[in-house]
Amino acid sequence: MKKITPVLKVAPIIRNVKKQTIVISEKTLEKSRYINNYMSETASFFLFISRIIKATFSRDFEFREFFRQCFQIGYKSLPLISITGFIVGLVLTIQSRPTLVNFGAVSMLPGMVAVSLIREMGPVIIALICAGKIGSGMGAELGSMKVTEQIDAMEVSSANPMRFLVVTRVLAATLMIPLLVLYADLLGILGSWAGANIKGDVSFSLFFSQAFSQIKYIDFLPAFVKTILFGAVIGIVGCYKGFTAGRGTESVGIAANSAVVLSSLLVIVLDLIAAQITDMI
Amino acid sequence: MNESQIIEVKNLKKGFGLQKVINNVSLKLFKGENLVVLGKSGSGKSVLIKCIVRLLTPDEGEINVLGENMGSLNRDALGEMRKKIGFLFQSGALYDSMTVKENLEFPLRRMKMNLTSKETDRKIEEALENVGLSDALYKMPSQLSGGMRKRISLARTIVADPLIILYDEPTTGLDPATSDEISVLINDIQKKYKTSSMIITHDIECARATANRLIMLHEGEIYMEGDLEKFEKSPDPLIESFFKNNNNKIN
Repeated sequence: MKKITPVLKVAPIIRNVKKQTIVISEKTLEKSRYINNYMSETASFFLFISRIIKATFSRDFEFREFFRQCFQIGYKSLPLISITGFIVGLVLTIQSRPTLVNFGAVSMLPGMVAVSLIREMGPVIIALICAGKIGSGMGAELGSMKVTEQIDAMEVSSANPMRFLVVTRVLAATLMIPLLVLYADLLGILGSWAGANIKGDVSFSLFFSQAFSQIKYIDFLPAFVKTILFGAVIGIVGCYKGFTAGRGTESVGIAANSAVVLSSLLVIVLDLIAAQITDMI
Repeated sequence: MNESQIIEVKNLKKGFGLQKVINNVSLKLFKGENLVVLGKSGSGKSVLIKCIVRLLTPDEGEINVLGENMGSLNRDALGEMRKKIGFLFQSGALYDSMTVKENLEFPLRRMKMNLTSKETDRKIEEALENVGLSDALYKMPSQLSGGMRKRISLARTIVADPLIILYDEPTTGLDPATSDEISVLINDIQKKYKTSSMIITHDIECARATANRLIMLHEGEIYMEGDLEKFEKSPDPLIESFFKNNNNKIN
């Protein structure tokens, strides 16, 4: 039998009961610490969300900072999103065209690409890219503000850092990421038209009219709602990781990294949930 | 609480996990004085002033500022109280994404002082003039040197006319000449704005130049309290280790 090294002995002092010693091993303690950390991190994340909600509906909304964040998140992401959206549509067409030709269904190419871009490819790929670009940016920026005491400086200036830094970023991400996804979808269809013209000849107007004729509200609406949630999750996680960063410079890197990892994971999980709900509809 | 007592700290205790940082500290800051809190790194000096402005919550004890118990203030009342307290951070803590002007505007706008834009601009210009950096208005913090950042940070601290200023290591990381300039500025601000200040430092030259009264913190407790002369003449090895190699006084 494996010998357990006792690190903690608990001897209950109860009269008239046979004295017992409970032995807890280091391994068990380690597990309990891990569970404790996980639970407290989850609780602190939900507490952070409740603080965001409270600060969002409080007085003195920071419009100027909100518009600045919209510019940072939306406008400054355009080159990356443009290239990504175009290439996704192009590659999807190049990959699927030969199969459709084999089945004699090449005329279905515009509709197929448009539906797959709008329902799944566009939202998920763009959200993952935004998690990398915007989520890490927020984690690193707020983390470095925490390390250099800028957040404390706001606090003592009678400002509410939650309202100024977090609410503006979360709302800007929630608004701009769905718009970026719509823009990427359009460029994806444009890329698909370019792909279709590599080995074929199809006019721009015919391709687009065929593409849009296949799209129904049930394709568009759930996907759009999903991207709003993706935007909110990316904003919340990026701000949470930055806001709760430690004190050293190392923690800035950790905040940025963990913001990307957690927001990407949550985007995928949300996508799964959204797919199930859409399937039920 | 006596009217001349601006800050009163009673039996303050603060720790992080198992580590006790401040252990039963009691002190008073009187109206119009510069109180220098000396101590080695890790002796709890910064934690003390962060507890005073409630950036940190004490484990035990009571802090009264201008007759109000800081622990019992709600968020709005705390905001009102913080308007009366200026805080100079060790790192300067200038907002990287804002120009110098925006950095100084930030507290003025949030403190709801009902100033017109002309009045705001005038206050900003006056604060910058007081620290000798009127031409830095549209510079970004990244374009400023360490000394300039400290001066701008000081301008941001005084722009809202605080009654109390808490300085967290105001001369750390600066060359001796710039440190002396900051010490002189602290005295000038005390005279001009009639502020009461608590200066956290381990820089003896800064302490000599600015202190009306000194407190030495050691291992989270008050080790010695008195005027500069008492510290200079103390035979205590710990006090001597601070003062013996620093005999150049600033006039």
